[in-house]
Amino acid sequence: MPKTKKGERGGEVKSAPAGELLKYYRDMLLIRRFEERAGQLYGMGLIGGFCHLYIGQEAVVVGMQATITPDDAVITSYRDHGHMLACGMDPRGVMAELTGRIGGYSKGKGGSMHMFSRQKNFFGGHGIVGAQVPIGTGLAFAHRYNGHRRVSLTYLGDGAVNQGQVYESFNMAALWKLPAIYIIENNRYGMGTSVERAAAGPALAERGSSYGIPGEQVDGMDVLAVKEAGGRAVAHAKAGNGPTILEVMTYRFRGHSMSDPAKYRPKEEVDKMRTERDPINQVRDLLVAQGTTEDDLKKIDREIRDIVADAADFAQTSPEPPESTLYTDILVGA
Amino acid sequence: MTIDILMPALSPTMTEGKIARWLKSVGDDVKSGDVLAEIETDKATMEVEAVDEGRLDKILVPEGTEGVKVNTPIARLAGDGAAARPEAKAPPKPVAAPSAPPRAPAAARPVEKEYAGPTVTMTVREALRDAMAEEMRRDPQVFLMGEEVAQYQGAYKISQGLLQEFGERRVIDTPITEQGFTGLAVGAAFLGLKPIVEFMTFNFSMQAIDQIINSAAKTLYMSGGQMGCPVVFRGPNGAAARVAAQHSHCFASWYAHCPGLKVVSPYSAGDAKGLLKAAIRDPNPVIFLENEVLYGQSFEMPAEGDHIVPIGKAQIVRTGEHVTITAFSLMVKYALEAAEMLAAEGISAEVIDLRTLRPLDTETIVASVKKTNRFVSVEEGWPYAGIGSELISVMMEQAFDHLDAPPVRVTGLDVPMPYAANLERLTLPSAAKIADAAKSVCYRA
Repeated sequence: MPKTKKGERGGEVKSAPAGELLKYYRDMLLIRRFEERAGQLYGMGLIGGFCHLYIGQEAVVVGMQATITPDDAVITSYRDHGHMLACGMDPRGVMAELTGRIGGYSKGKGGSMHMFSRQKNFFGGHGIVGAQVPIGTGLAFAHRYNGHRRVSLTYLGDGAVNQGQVYESFNMAALWKLPAIYIIENNRYGMGTSVERAAAGPALAERGSSYGIPGEQVDGMDVLAVKEAGGRAVAHAKAGNGPTILEVMTYRFRGHSMSDPAKYRPKEEVDKMRTERDPINQVRDLLVAQGTTEDDLKKIDREIRDIVADAADFAQTSPEPPESTLYTDILVGA
Repeated sequence: MTIDILMPALSPTMTEGKIARWLKSVGDDVKSGDVLAEIETDKATMEVEAVDEGRLDKILVPEGTEGVKVNTPIARLAGDGAAARPEAKAPPKPVAAPSAPPRAPAAARPVEKEYAGPTVTMTVREALRDAMAEEMRRDPQVFLMGEEVAQYQGAYKISQGLLQEFGERRVIDTPITEQGFTGLAVGAAFLGLKPIVEFMTFNFSMQAIDQIINSAAKTLYMSGGQMGCPVVFRGPNGAAARVAAQHSHCFASWYAHCPGLKVVSPYSAGDAKGLLKAAIRDPNPVIFLENEVLYGQSFEMPAEGDHIVPIGKAQIVRTGEHVTITAFSLMVKYALEAAEMLAAEGISAEVIDLRTLRPLDTETIVASVKKTNRFVSVEEGWPYAGIGSELISVMMEQAFDHLDAPPVRVTGLDVPMPYAANLERLTLPSAAKIADAAKSVCYRA
């Protein structure tokens, strides 16, 4: 029977070796600073259209990424910048896609919501809520078909979890015991609608119970808790036991997109999460407690700032795509 | 070092706004993420957060100021806490911009090999099955999935024997879940598999059309050419007999509308086999529209060799002088019958089987119309924005001066398909209706 762990705290893990924690700190900080800079470039009119920032949710992708290998597949929806950086995609290429330049991962044709890296096994970047879930299930199917001991991580939001195709996917994944891990990033609001106002029933982690898919609720502000739960799910899948649903309790510190006046949630709630549950500060505190010095941390901060400044610079100097590319990439071989 | 804070754009369309309130005062320390000010746009009041760190040195635009243009400096930060902020730069001009706007490239004209070997008589059903079996033997990445394709041997028996030959791994019965298994096939294709997705009928593909268009057709473009999607979506399309509105839908113009897809709809058994094999080998998503009425019909076709019919090539199935009639799928049969009727009245009709609807073989059709100077388009689907509408546009653009009469469309009528036998007959094209249309463009009505 599926087991759902109640409560916000995912596991008993309290800490980890400093080397491991430093990596998480660095990876989460890169996402945070990258997103802040993306927000700034958006404000300057250099990024257009829709732009959904990942600030506050960094521990989810960084924790999950720690459980997989580069051969495993990752797919998500449109709040995707953090996932790409966690997959090891080049911040320059991601930022240049945001500014719509030829140096972007999609040569400027995809934008914030539609970016991919075949090389890094990152399969998007999908703009239609829930559509990535059957596709991610197909990635798991292909791993199984090819006889590879690999998994597919499919991220979806608390809004997507009400889409019908999510359940079609759960059904097939459970029926065929596919190595699929569904990570519901529950940041409490699907755009401006709270989970309570959109989703009936108990925890989203239990949404697979009628298919016999084990579900677990995880503290998504604690990178170590995410890693621990993710590790169990990946081992379960790689052993041929089929899918797992992880409901990762997280929070976005910014609006749904850049043009979100955020009137649907009290400011106090945002402030409280920011001051008490910031995933980066939590790791920082653990590091300091273990003896990492402020100077060591400042050095990392500076390195990250340089990487992000370089990415922002690249994203502004990379040319717009030449007009000759307008009709390329519509069909293979045409 | 000082850093200017600029008036931000807070939505895709914002050009200016009002500084409603400053939440930091001169001299305050500012950390990344701190709320600096509230800005009113035409839609909402929003908070502006700091990206850089430092001390607020100066407020350049006082609160209450309206009509502040995006990118105007509104305050200044002092301090070394921040890396140099990126300067707002005008986007560089595209390199080597072509002098003329880019045009859609013309589809390469495929070459079809003439077959002169021995022939065999076969049904469309057997031809489709053989095409799949041959390609599955040839390429282990090809597999078939859909409702009732395995144990039941296909709802219309197209996949007869495939489970026995290829096993459960490659011939997969799915739950009745079109959107789910279509998306699953797309994901599998992103990782290099070559799925054949059978829709029990294309009517049910409407459940999955978001995955077909948004995921299968557009992702190659949106990924800058990284994510190919070699899936064949196939199944019977259009009206069968007396199955009414929800089960009699022609999707030809729906899918042919979309860049990123190829759309094929064969008539004969030879073309069904040759085009399906080409579709399975094609690295792009291909919509393969079959017809239930044709499944049991027999045709003479090549008996030997690797029979491939290139996608993108129409075929003149009857030559004539006085009028060009285009059709595809079952309508080719009616067009040929109409041509016989017309011949009896001294009208020589040229009948073209379009075979592929996207990319369209305009060269063959236009050349024919330039010869006959009269044009009738036949399709089973609705007239509005249909395949015939597109073909007539092509005639206006490329053969206008050659037309001796306004072109005419013969289509299914503009109604949901009725159930009653007499009303259904009224709705669908027939050989007689096609012959009448051809006579009208020849001014012989």
